[in-house]
Amino acid sequence: MRVLRTLAVLVAFVIAPAILTAAQPPRQDEFVPISELPPQEQLPAAPLVIGAYIFVLAVLFAYLYSVASRLKALQRDVTRLEGDLSGRGRS
Amino acid sequence: MPKWFTPAAALCGALFAFSPILIAGAPYESTMGLVQKIFYYHMPSAWMFLLSAIVCGVASARYLAGGHARHDRMAWSAAELTVLFGLVTLVTGPLWARRAWGTWWVWDPRVTSSFVGWMIAVAYLILRRYGGPGSEKLAAGVALFGTANVPFIYISVNYWRTIHPATSVVPTLPVSMGFPLWYCVAMFLLLYVLLLTLRMHVEEQRARLDALYLALDDRS
Repeated sequence: MRVLRTLAVLVAFVIAPAILTAAQPPRQDEFVPISELPPQEQLPAAPLVIGAYIFVLAVLFAYLYSVASRLKALQRDVTRLEGDLSGRGRS
Repeated sequence: MPKWFTPAAALCGALFAFSPILIAGAPYESTMGLVQKIFYYHMPSAWMFLLSAIVCGVASARYLAGGHARHDRMAWSAAELTVLFGLVTLVTGPLWARRAWGTWWVWDPRVTSSFVGWMIAVAYLILRRYGGPGSEKLAAGVALFGTANVPFIYISVNYWRTIHPATSVVPTLPVSMGFPLWYCVAMFLLLYVLLLTLRMHVEEQRARLDALYLALDDRS
């Protein structure tokens, strides 16, 4: 029984961590610049930059369109009501 | 609309049309390369996001103190622009970060507090839209929290450990990168003033429409 317990402790505290450590990729000690990363870890920058600029312009245009259409609808209602009021004033 | 609006809008359009040429001509940052060029739209929109939160909070405080409808209209317009520029900042930032940091998002103090500030502005708009009568004062209170968050967003990179660049980066930029940046800042500031003026005009028309409906009711 004692032998089994000793084996279990040995596995838990010595052998398992050793296996887990061996399975891990080698430790990186310092910062690696993006330009020196292996090709499979590099992302193309152009789609991100173009995407960002397209997103900014699309959002700004969409907002401008939204405000302009709200303003147009309000001005149409204001003109209509002013017409109604002046019509009632005369009658 | 004020007389200066149309020439200023034309100028703003011309500035936006020329900005890609200026940005393309700026040198590449040595470690990040091309992706760093997102910075020229990301940072000015982040500044407009913070400026708008301040405008919204100050206008709300003045509305709570004086009760003038004009201040309320300004606060509502600024809150909408806070959401707009906040959205631009929170989307362009991760597009840059994915390449530069290797991740779309990190819960660091700058990014998290910016996200909280954006959500406060969204909460303001939801309150105004669905809060019913009297919600303008409650929303004004919410706007004060949004403004109180602004200094925290700004200084967070200097006081907490984060991978986001510190506020000391901009003053140390070389002219070749600083000029396009300040050009874009001026361009976004002009755009902000134009959009705020336009959005406030919408609220003025809405108030005018309400007054006309009341006048029509009185006559009938």
